[in-house]
Amino acid sequence: MSNQNSILIDKSPSLLKCPTGIKGLDEITDGGLPLGRPTLVCGGSGCGKTLLAMEFLVRGAEMLEPGIFLAFEETSKELTQNFASIGFDLNDLSTRNLIDIDHVLLERSGLEASGEYDLEGLFIRIGHAIDRIGARRVVLDSLETLFTGYFSEGILRLELRRLFRFLKERGVTTVVTGEQGERTLTRYGLEEYVADCVIFLDHKVTDQIATRRMRVVKYRGSSHGTNEYPFLIDDHGLSVMPISSLALDHTVTDERISSGIPRLDTMMGGQGYYRGSSILVTGTAGSGKSSLAAHFIDAACERGEKCLYFAFEESRDQILRNMKSIGIDLKRWTDAGLLQFRNTRSTLYGMEMHLVTMHKAVEQFQPSIVIIDPISDLLVCAKDSEVMSMLSRLIDYLKLKHITALCTDLTAVGGSLEKTEVGVSPLMDTWILLQTMEGTGERNRGLYILKSRGMEHSNQVREFTLTNSGIQLRDVYIGSGRVLTGSARLSQEALEAAEAQVLNEEIERKLREVERKRLLTEAQIKALQADFESGKEELERNILSEKLRRDMLAKDAEAMARRREADRG
Amino acid sequence: MTDKPTKLPGEDAALHETWQLRLYVAGQTAKSLIALANLTQICEKHLEGRYAITVIDLLKDPQLAKGDQILALPTLVRLLPEPVKQILGDLSNTERVLVGLDIKPLEEIGWTGNPHAGI
Repeated sequence: MSNQNSILIDKSPSLLKCPTGIKGLDEITDGGLPLGRPTLVCGGSGCGKTLLAMEFLVRGAEMLEPGIFLAFEETSKELTQNFASIGFDLNDLSTRNLIDIDHVLLERSGLEASGEYDLEGLFIRIGHAIDRIGARRVVLDSLETLFTGYFSEGILRLELRRLFRFLKERGVTTVVTGEQGERTLTRYGLEEYVADCVIFLDHKVTDQIATRRMRVVKYRGSSHGTNEYPFLIDDHGLSVMPISSLALDHTVTDERISSGIPRLDTMMGGQGYYRGSSILVTGTAGSGKSSLAAHFIDAACERGEKCLYFAFEESRDQILRNMKSIGIDLKRWTDAGLLQFRNTRSTLYGMEMHLVTMHKAVEQFQPSIVIIDPISDLLVCAKDSEVMSMLSRLIDYLKLKHITALCTDLTAVGGSLEKTEVGVSPLMDTWILLQTMEGTGERNRGLYILKSRGMEHSNQVREFTLTNSGIQLRDVYIGSGRVLTGSARLSQEALEAAEAQVLNEEIERKLREVERKRLLTEAQIKALQADFESGKEELERNILSEKLRRDMLAKDAEAMARRREADRG
Repeated sequence: MTDKPTKLPGEDAALHETWQLRLYVAGQTAKSLIALANLTQICEKHLEGRYAITVIDLLKDPQLAKGDQILALPTLVRLLPEPVKQILGDLSNTERVLVGLDIKPLEEIGWTGNPHAGI
């Protein structure tokens, strides 16, 4: 609400706004309807004009702004009954003088005209009602009924112009409803008189699916959303899918939350997803998308966080049973009120309605994690062009609220795995691909992270198996230029183990050979040494005896010379 | 509105009862004065002594606009004889007023005994 106040201040002082209090409408109109001026709400029959008008008054009454409702078509008793079903207690509001319902009866029979007249009676009637309860809001539903009455069109057109001037002078914010014409916004051209703000309601049926939409056709002097916005009528009134994020300005956190599978966390830098990010899990049928989601839920509930599960294919009990079979007991979380399921068939209503309903559910339950399983089912019931903007609105809304969204996406078998039907991927922060790999007569599941914004992530393919204790991630066999999974991986691993065994034995044998050779060599060395030793002894003995003989000979020669007394040189 | 089975309402009223007429106006405007003058003139001529006119000024009693379902002004309402009939405008077209009020020349009523004959 403070946001709206700032809007009021930001604009030029001449254009003040009257907040309707209707969910989403104030966002589209940038603060509400033009204050003190008339607004035309037009559309075909059954498109919700009267409801919008009445809710405008009821929300006003809640803000203690009284309003009067001039009903040209239904009696106040009928209106009271009709609106009781969506929780508006008009009797109570009437007795508290916050709403005054005046049924204007237009009789055609017994009526005659003679000479000039005007609609002053209607003016007096409105004026009196305004004065009686101090009304700030006025609804004329539907003013065009006047044209079906007795009055001549010339006089009526003159008087309508005067009526709107009168209402402006009284300073009441007025909602006028009008039936859609064949080529014009309203059958009798009311848009000529109401120049300030025109809102068009539509109730389209495409492929047998009905969608309500709203468009601000014009809003003089104010910015407004120009698109068609889907809206929903349920037991709490009307809500327009808000355009909460015209700009990408949501704040982000650095907080990481576990995916519930430790090995997957490891693949994402060891910490899991970012809180408030959007995660897309793509895979063919039976590749384990829901199981991945179940792990995520289990981990979140374990932390005490609330999860909201939108299921478009399975019933609540079916999901609970199936997850139990892989060892994830989600029932304890539903019992604890931490997990809620919203199961609907996607074809129940249009894409927009789904998103509006989801939006409302999120508002009510305030979860921190939302699962959409599968998102591709939503796409079935909408044209591609619409889907992107609608989806981005939902995702942006969730991001704004820091809600982590995990969407599963079913891809057709045989189709390109990386093809998501509407290019949802730009919206997603983390994209996990589940791939089934066929070979050796079996299909095995592979998982890899296609992208994950803002975090280091593994580029490896992991094989994952669904066991009765949940998802198990394993390394795949990568070698010899092949990726093997399943039993092929097992047999390859066995083969390798055998090969390794053979090698080991060979090595040991060689080691033993070395030892043997070493021993042999050493023995030879010893023998040689002994040989050498014995040779050496004999030689030394020889040398000694030779020396003795030499000395002996020298002594003999000396003695001989002395005896002959030979000349001495 | 014609839920009194004991008498034929048009018959009785036309011949014996007092016509009760209401003229709704908003203030003393030229239009309302003209309307009242026209009405009085017609009544004097066709309903002499058998009519009563009440002028209601919605500026003074605005709540009556809702109660009596009045939108256009001036509006003439024939309360009696039943059924209730309304005539819008300043009553300047006497022919339309006579048709609207279902006033027939007296001799015609006496002759047929049914004011609705010939419509």
